[in-house]
Amino acid sequence: MREKDYRLSSAVRGGLLFVRGVPGVALGDRVAVRDHAGRIRNGQVIRTSDEVVLVQVFEGTDGLDLERTWTRFLEQPFEIGLSRELMGRIFNGVGQPRDDRPPLVSGIRRNVNGSPMNPVARTRPREFIQTGISTIDGLYSLVRGQKLPIFSGPGLPHNRLAAQIVRQSRIIGAQARFAVVFAAMGVSYADARFFQEDFERDGVLGNVVMYINLADDPTIERLILPRTALTAAEYLAYDLGMHVMVILTDITNYAEALREVAMARGDVPARKGYPGYLYSDLAEIFERAGRIRNRGGSITMMPVLSMPSDDITHPIPDLTGYITEGQIVLSRELHGQGIYPPVDLLPSLSRVMKDGIGAGETREDHPRVANQIYASYARAIEVRNLASIIGTEDLSETDRQYLEFAKLIEKRLVTQGEDEDRSIVETLTIAWQLLSLLPPDELTRVREADLAKYHRREQSAEVP
Amino acid sequence: MNAAGPGRIVEVNGPIVTVNLPQVTIGEQVRVGELALVGEVIERDGERAVVQIYESTESLAPGQTAIPLGHPLAAELGPGLLGNIFDGLQRPLTKILELSGDRIARGLTVAPLDRARQWHFEPAAGLGAGSTVAAGAVLGTVPETETIIHRILVPPDVSGVLVNLAPAGDYNVEQVIAQVRDGDRVEHPLKLYHRWPVRTARPYGRRDQAGVPLITGQRVLDTFFPLLKGGRAAVPGAFGAGKTMVQQQIARWSNAGIMIYLGCGERGNELVEILETFPQLTDPYTGRLLMERTLLVANTSNMPVVAREASIYMGVTLAEYYRDQGYDVVMVADSISRWAEALREVAGRLEQMPVEEGHPAYLASRLATFYERAGRVQTLAGGYGSVSLIGAVSPPGGDFSEPVTSHTKEIVQTFWALSKELADARHYPAIDWTESYSGYVDTAANWWAENVDRHWSARRAEALSLLLQSDELARIVNLVGPEALSPAQRWVLEGAALLKEGLLQQSALDEVDSFCSPDRQFTLLDLLLDLYHQGRNLIDVGVPVQRLLQLPVLGRARRAKSVYSNGQMVELRAFAAEVRDAFQPLHLEYASTRENSA
Repeated sequence: MREKDYRLSSAVRGGLLFVRGVPGVALGDRVAVRDHAGRIRNGQVIRTSDEVVLVQVFEGTDGLDLERTWTRFLEQPFEIGLSRELMGRIFNGVGQPRDDRPPLVSGIRRNVNGSPMNPVARTRPREFIQTGISTIDGLYSLVRGQKLPIFSGPGLPHNRLAAQIVRQSRIIGAQARFAVVFAAMGVSYADARFFQEDFERDGVLGNVVMYINLADDPTIERLILPRTALTAAEYLAYDLGMHVMVILTDITNYAEALREVAMARGDVPARKGYPGYLYSDLAEIFERAGRIRNRGGSITMMPVLSMPSDDITHPIPDLTGYITEGQIVLSRELHGQGIYPPVDLLPSLSRVMKDGIGAGETREDHPRVANQIYASYARAIEVRNLASIIGTEDLSETDRQYLEFAKLIEKRLVTQGEDEDRSIVETLTIAWQLLSLLPPDELTRVREADLAKYHRREQSAEVP
Repeated sequence: MNAAGPGRIVEVNGPIVTVNLPQVTIGEQVRVGELALVGEVIERDGERAVVQIYESTESLAPGQTAIPLGHPLAAELGPGLLGNIFDGLQRPLTKILELSGDRIARGLTVAPLDRARQWHFEPAAGLGAGSTVAAGAVLGTVPETETIIHRILVPPDVSGVLVNLAPAGDYNVEQVIAQVRDGDRVEHPLKLYHRWPVRTARPYGRRDQAGVPLITGQRVLDTFFPLLKGGRAAVPGAFGAGKTMVQQQIARWSNAGIMIYLGCGERGNELVEILETFPQLTDPYTGRLLMERTLLVANTSNMPVVAREASIYMGVTLAEYYRDQGYDVVMVADSISRWAEALREVAGRLEQMPVEEGHPAYLASRLATFYERAGRVQTLAGGYGSVSLIGAVSPPGGDFSEPVTSHTKEIVQTFWALSKELADARHYPAIDWTESYSGYVDTAANWWAENVDRHWSARRAEALSLLLQSDELARIVNLVGPEALSPAQRWVLEGAALLKEGLLQQSALDEVDSFCSPDRQFTLLDLLLDLYHQGRNLIDVGVPVQRLLQLPVLGRARRAKSVYSNGQMVELRAFAAEVRDAFQPLHLEYASTRENSA
C-alpha cells in the first residue's frame, strides 16, 4: 500500500471531502471513501493542490465524520467497464448493478467524461425517425443523431410521452439494430417503475440499459450518471454500430445537483444561483449526441426537463434550448383540457428536420404541410385571442373557420391515444383533412400541386 | 526567450493550474504535465504563476513539471489558411482527425500550415537585393486559391534592406524566401509565413473612413439596417430566433473578399452543416467555390473552454492578416456570449469579484478591445483593407438588458435584433424593425444613391414608417377589432403586410431568393411602396378596401421575390409596370362615378 492509502479528512461539507497532506493526487482520479460502518463510497478528485485535495463523494457525505472516515486515492481515472452484456441491465450512476445481478465482466474500460468529438468527424443528423406521434412526426420531426428535448412542467405527462416515443420509434423501411439508454436522475420510484414496466410489457427490455438514481438517492450521483450512461451509449453506437436512443430525465434535477455542489465549493453564481459554467457543463452532455462519419451507429437524445414554474426563460430550459436542436414544449393548458400528448405547437421547434423529411424520406409535401399547419394554427390562435375580447359574432366568416380549425387541430391532430401509433402518412392525411377546412386561398405555404392533390374541399363542393 | 528553467505544478482547479515558475510573463505559454498540455499565464503572484490550460486538465497532479515556452499564443500567417478548419488554437482539425481519430486527443501539437505543400511564389516587381522594405510591405505573391492571391508580407516588426529575394518558383512555407537586414545590422530570414501574437492587434498605417456598405444579399439587413465594410454589428437573439441562420446567410452571400466563420462555443452540428454545404456553394460574385475564400475557426461547446476564450482572438488575427494584404474581410463570430461565459468561468475559478450576473468587471473593456479590431485601414503596404466584425449574442432568456448584450450595444453601430415573436410567427429572418438600428444609414445612402437609385434613402424611410404605423394600428386592432379602423388605416395594415411578406421575409432555402442583389432589393421595395400608394389614392377617391384586397396583383407582388431572380431584372421591372396598370381600371371606374355624381 502506498503513501496515498487511507487518509483522514480535515473537513466535510455539502457532499465534498477536504483531505490534507496528500500531495501529488491527480485531478479527476477515482477515490474510495470508507465510512465508519466499513461501507465504501465512490468519489472523484475535483480540485487538487499540495496542501488540500477536494473530493466529491457521489453517495453523498451524510453520516460521514472526520474521525472514522478513511479516504483512499486509487490513482486511476473514473472509468466504467463495457460489454455487450450491458443490455437489459440496471445500474446506478457510477455503473454498479442495481438489479441484484453480478457486476459486468469486461475488458473494455472507458473514461466517463469521454473526450470532445472533433467537429470534422461529425456528420449531420438525418434520416426520419417515426415516433408515431402526429405532432412530432408531422411538425417537429425527430431525425437520427438529433438532440430534441421535451420541455415540460411538474405534473405533465412527459414520462408517458417519452415512454411512448421509445416504444414506437422506428426508421421507415429499415430494420436497424437499436438500443435504448435510459438515464433517470432524481425521478420518483413510481416513475422509474413505470418505465421499467413499460419496457417489459413491450418486450424491449432486452434492448434497454437503465441508469437509475431515484429521488431519495444521493444528489451528487446525478452529476456522474448522465456521463456514465452516455459512455455506455457511445460504446453501443460506435463500437457495436447500434442506433441508440438516449432518454435523460430529469435535467432539472441534474442542474440542481450541479448548483448544490457549486455552492459547496464556493463557485461564483451566475443566474439564479446556478454556476457560470452550467452552459458548458450541459453542452458536455448534450453534445455527445450525434453521428460520426463512416460509423454505423448514432446517438439520438431526448432529454426531459421540467421547467421550474413553467418558465421557459429559466436558466435550465434556456441554456438547454441554446444547445439542443429544437424542443418539444408541453402545455399545461392543453393538459388541463384532457389533451394527450399536450404538445404546444407554437413554441416547439425541430431545427434539423429539413434533413429528414420530404421526398425520399417521408412524403414530398411534408415540409410545406408542416409549415402550413404551423402558420394557420398561429393565425387561428390570434383569432382566438381576438375572439376572447370582442366575441365571435364580429368575426368574419374566414376567422370563424380558423376558430374551428384550431379546435380540430387540438382534437384530431394533437390528441391521440397512448397506444396509438400513427404512420407518417396517417398523420399527413389528418393534416390535409384539417387544412381542407380552410379555403385554398388561405394556404399560401403549400404549392398549387399540393392543393390539387390533397385539398378535399373543392372536390367535395363539386360532388354534392 | 525566457531563461527560466522548468517549474512544478502546485494546484489544479479545473482549467486553472497554479505553477511554481518565477520570471514568466503574463500571456506566456507554458507546457505542463506528462501530456504536455499547453496554457498561458494570466496572473503572477510572487514565485507563483496562474496558467489557464487550453485542454482538459484531468489527470494533472501537483508536482508535475511546468515548462515556460518563452512566447505568447501566436497565429501562423501564410498561404494555406483558406478552405481550412482550425480549432481555437489554430490546430487544423482535419489533420487532428488523421492523427487522433473521431475524438480530439490531448496534448497534440500540429503545425497550422502544411509544411510539405509547395506554393508558387512570384516576387514583387521592382524588388530585389538592395531594395529598402518597410514593415508590412509586399514581398511577392502566391496564388492561394483560384480566386485569392495571397500577398507575402514583411512581418510588421521587421524592416530594412533586402539582402536577397528568392526568384519566382515553388517553395514550401519553411523555405527562406528573403533576407532583410535591419538598422541594427541584424539579418532576418523571411519565409512564406510569419507568426503574430493573437492578443495584439496587428499594426496598420492609419484608420480610414468606412464608406461602402457590405452587401449581404439579405434585404432586411442591406436595405433597412446596413453595415459598412469595416463596421461592427451584433445579432442578438433568444434560442430559436434564427441567429445561426442569419449568420450563415451572411457568411454565404456577403461581398467580402475573405470570410471567416468562427464557431465559438456553439453546436458541433452547425459547423458540420457549414462543412457539408459550403463546399457545394458557388460564390455569387466570382462564380467560383465559396470555400476558396472562406476559412473556419471552430471551438464548439463541448471543446475546452479556455481555447474558446482564445478562439475569437485567433479569428480576428487571421482577419487582420488578410486585411493587411488589402482584402475586405468579414468575420462572423457565433457566439460572443459563449466567449464571455468562458471569460466568466475563468474569472470565477480565480475568485475574482463578480459584478453583473457573475461576469467579471473587465467584461466591457475586453469586449470593446475586441470589437475595436474591426475597421477599414490604410495598410502598412499602402493599400486599403477592412475587417468587419459581426458577433452573435445569445442573451439568457432572450433578455436584451443582460450584461453581454447591453455592453455590446454600446460598442456596435449596427444592431440586428432578432425577435422571438417574429420567429414564432415564422417571419424569417426574424429581424425586428423596431429594435434594430444602424448608425451607418447616411453613409450607405450615398452608395445606394450612386450605384442603385437616388431615391433609396427616402424609400427606405417611408417603408420603415409604414411598418411602424402598422404596428401602432395592430395594437388597436388587438383591443377593439379591425372594424374600428378607417379604410385608409386598414390599407396601412395591408401595405405593411405586403412589405413584410414581399420584402422583409426572405427564405434561405428558396434558391431564387436566398440572395437578393441590391438592384432587385430596391426594385422590390419600390414596387411594393408604389402598390401601397396606388391603393391609397384609390381609397381617397372612395374605392372600398375590400375591392383593393381582391386584386390578384397583391398576391403576385407578395410572391415576386421568389419568381424573379437576380438575373431577371427586366421581367421584374415589366411586372412593376404591370402593377401600376392593374389599378387603372379602378381609377377610371371611380373617377367617372365621382364626376357623374358631381
